[in-house]
Amino acid sequence: MSKAPKLTIKNLHASVDGKEILKGVNLEVKGGEVHAIMGPNGTGKSTLASALMGHPRYEVTQGEVTLDGENLLEMEVDERARAGLFLAMQYPAEVSGVTNSDFLRSSINAKRGEGNEISLMKFIRELDKKMELLEMDEKFATRYLNEGFSGGEKKRNEILQMMMLQPRIAIMDEIDSGLDIDALKVVAKGVNSMLSDELGVLMITHYQRLLNYIKPDYVHVFMQGRIVKSGGPELAERLEAEGYDWVKEELGIEDETVGQKA
Amino acid sequence: MAQNIPEISEYRYGFRDKDVSVFRSKKGLSRQVVEEISRMKGEPEWMLDFRLKALEQFYKMPMPESTNSKWFSLLPGNLDELDFDDITYYVKPSERQGRSWDEVPDEIKQTFDKLGIPEAEQKFLAGVSAQYESEVVYHNMQKELEEQGVIFCDTDTALREYPELLKEYFGTVVPITDNKFAALNSAVWSGGSFIYVPKGVRCEVPLQAYFRINSENMGQFERTLIIVDEGAFVHYVEGCTAPIYSTDSLHSAVVEIVVKDNARCRYTTIQNWAPNIYNLVTKRAVAHAGAHMEWVDGNIGSKLTMKYPAVIMKGEGAKADILSIAVAGKGQHQDAGAKVVALAPNCTSTIISKSISKQGGKVTYRGLTAFGKNAEGSKANVKCDTLILDDQSTSDTIPYNEIKADNVTLEHEATVSKVSEEQLFYLMSRGLSENEATQMIIMGFIEPFTKELPMEYAVEMNRLIKFEMEGSIG
Repeated sequence: MSKAPKLTIKNLHASVDGKEILKGVNLEVKGGEVHAIMGPNGTGKSTLASALMGHPRYEVTQGEVTLDGENLLEMEVDERARAGLFLAMQYPAEVSGVTNSDFLRSSINAKRGEGNEISLMKFIRELDKKMELLEMDEKFATRYLNEGFSGGEKKRNEILQMMMLQPRIAIMDEIDSGLDIDALKVVAKGVNSMLSDELGVLMITHYQRLLNYIKPDYVHVFMQGRIVKSGGPELAERLEAEGYDWVKEELGIEDETVGQKA
Repeated sequence: MAQNIPEISEYRYGFRDKDVSVFRSKKGLSRQVVEEISRMKGEPEWMLDFRLKALEQFYKMPMPESTNSKWFSLLPGNLDELDFDDITYYVKPSERQGRSWDEVPDEIKQTFDKLGIPEAEQKFLAGVSAQYESEVVYHNMQKELEEQGVIFCDTDTALREYPELLKEYFGTVVPITDNKFAALNSAVWSGGSFIYVPKGVRCEVPLQAYFRINSENMGQFERTLIIVDEGAFVHYVEGCTAPIYSTDSLHSAVVEIVVKDNARCRYTTIQNWAPNIYNLVTKRAVAHAGAHMEWVDGNIGSKLTMKYPAVIMKGEGAKADILSIAVAGKGQHQDAGAKVVALAPNCTSTIISKSISKQGGKVTYRGLTAFGKNAEGSKANVKCDTLILDDQSTSDTIPYNEIKADNVTLEHEATVSKVSEEQLFYLMSRGLSENEATQMIIMGFIEPFTKELPMEYAVEMNRLIKFEMEGSIG
C-alpha cells in the first residue's frame, strides 16, 4: 500500500432540494485514526456521510474534499469507491436476484481492474474467513443482496463488504442503530479487526454505546450542519452522562437541528 | 444519474451469407405455391388436402385484431406493414440433409459455425437439428436415444417415415381454424422438429433445434410436433437468429405438443431474431392426467413478437409452468404472455412473466387463465413483473380470466418498477460503474428465468442481455 490515507474536508456546504443541510464542515481523517461524529437527530450527520460518498440527491454548493490529495467532489460515486472511500449505510438497498457473493466479487474486481481479478478460490477463502468472524451463516453468501435481511443482518453485511473491499477511508453511518448488544459486539469485532495505519474511520452515531466497543481517538459534536465541538474520548463519555444540553448552553445554541439558521 | 440508460448495441447475428438455395418459390402466396411445396416434398394426398384447406381458412380469416379464437381474442401490435405478397414462402437451401457437419454445404455450415452450433452439439446436446430457410439441413442424435426408440427428426422426414403418428396428431393441438397465422403456417409449413419419446423413456440431455433465416423477405414456417408418451421426459431447446435487412421477414411457426399421462416436457426457446422479423408464433401443449408441461420462453429479438405459449390441462392433476422474459428495445414490440386452461380437476399452473422495456420499446403481457366447468380444485398463480428503464418505454399487462368452475384458486400479482436511484447509488458506492450497476440490477430481475436454463444457456443468456444493455454511458 502507498502512504497512509488522508481525507480532508474543508468548509463543506451541501443542500438537498434547495435546502442547505451542511453548513461548513471541516475535518481531517488520517490512516490509523478513528473519529466519531455524534449529535442529536436532524443535525445533518447522515447527510455528511451521503454527500461524501456522492449521493445524487445531495448537491455540494461550497467547499472542498480531497482523498489523498485528489479532488473527491469531481469523482463519480464509483470512482470514489475505487479511490478507497467506503460508506457503510444506515439503510442499504435491496437488490433481488443478485447474490451477496456475486455482488462482492464484482465489486472487488471493479476495484482491482481488468486482468487483475481475484481468483475464485482466494475469494471464497477470504469470504469464509470474514463471515466466520462476523458470525454470519454461510447461506448469506448465496442470498440475494439484503433482500429479506433483518436490520442487524444488513449491518453485518455492510461490515462484511467493508472487510472484503478494504477501503482506505471508511464512513459508518449509524452502524449501531437497531443492533442488540451481541450483534453490536460482533460488528465492533469486525471493525476492530481492520484497524491499522492504512485505514481511517469516521463513525456517525448518536449513542455513546458503540464507542465502548470501538474506541475513538477523536470525538466531534455535530449540530446545525457542522462540527461545533471536538475533543477526545472523554467528550463522548460526558455526552453519554449529561446529554447535549450543556454543549448547546456553552455555545449558545437554541435549536441544534439544521432547520434554524446558525 | 438514473436517466442514462444503456442503448441496444448492434445486433450481432445480423451477418448475411450468400444465397445458395437450389429452389425458391415465386414471391407471394397462391394455391400454386402451396401445391408446388407439397409436390416438391413428395407428400401424401392427405397433407396436400390439409394445406389447401388451411389456405382457404387463411384467406377467410381476418387479421388478428378482430379474430376471436375460442380461447382468446388477440389485440396485437402493428401488422400494417406486413405484406403477404412480398414474401417468399418456400426456399430450399440444399438438395439433401447432412448427418455430419461435413455433408452440409460449406456456406451454410459456416453460418452455423459462426453461431457456435456444432461446438454446442459436441459439448452438451444429445441431438441437434439445424434449419436454414425452409428446410432442415443438418440433423443428428445420440445413438443411445435412438436405441431407446426416441425419434427426433425434421417434420418432413417424419411425414415420410412415421405417417401414422403424423396422421394421428398433426393439427390436433392447433387446428387450422385457430388463428390466421396458424392457418398460414398450416398451408405452407416446411421443416421444424418432430419428437417422439416412448413410454417411460427419459432424455436427460436436451435436444436442440436451431432456426436461421438468411434471405430477405423470406417467410419461415416451421412446424414442430412433440409427443411425450406416458411417464416419459424430454427437454427441447430452440434458438433463432436472422440477418438484418431493410425490409421485413416473417417467422410464423406452429408448435404442437402432446404430453401424455404422467409425462413431462420442457420446451425452452431463446428467440433472438433480428429487429426486422415479425415473429408470430402459435405454441400450444395438451397435458393429460398427471402430466407436466413447462414453457421457458425468452424473447429478446424481432420487430414484433406475438406469442403466448399455452397449456391445455385436459387430465386430472396436470401441471403447467410458463416462465417468460421479454426485452423490448428501440422499435420493438414484444406482445407476449401465456395461456393456461384447466379442463380437469386439481390442475395447477404457474405463470411468471418478466419484461423489460427500454429506449421506446414496448412490452405487453397478455395472458389467459381459464377454468372449465370440470376444473374444481384447480389453482393458477400469475406473476408479472416489468422493469421500465426510461420514460420513452412502455409496458401493459392485460390478463384475461375465465372461471366456470367452483372451488378454484386464482392469484394474480403484477409489479412495475424502475431501476431505483438508491439501488444504483448502493452498487456504485462499492465501485461498480453505472453501466455495470444497471446491468447487475437487470440480471437480478431476470434471474428467476436464467436459473431455469441449462447452465450453458444461462451463460449465453447473460452474455446476450449484457450485450443488449452495453452502451452509451459516458
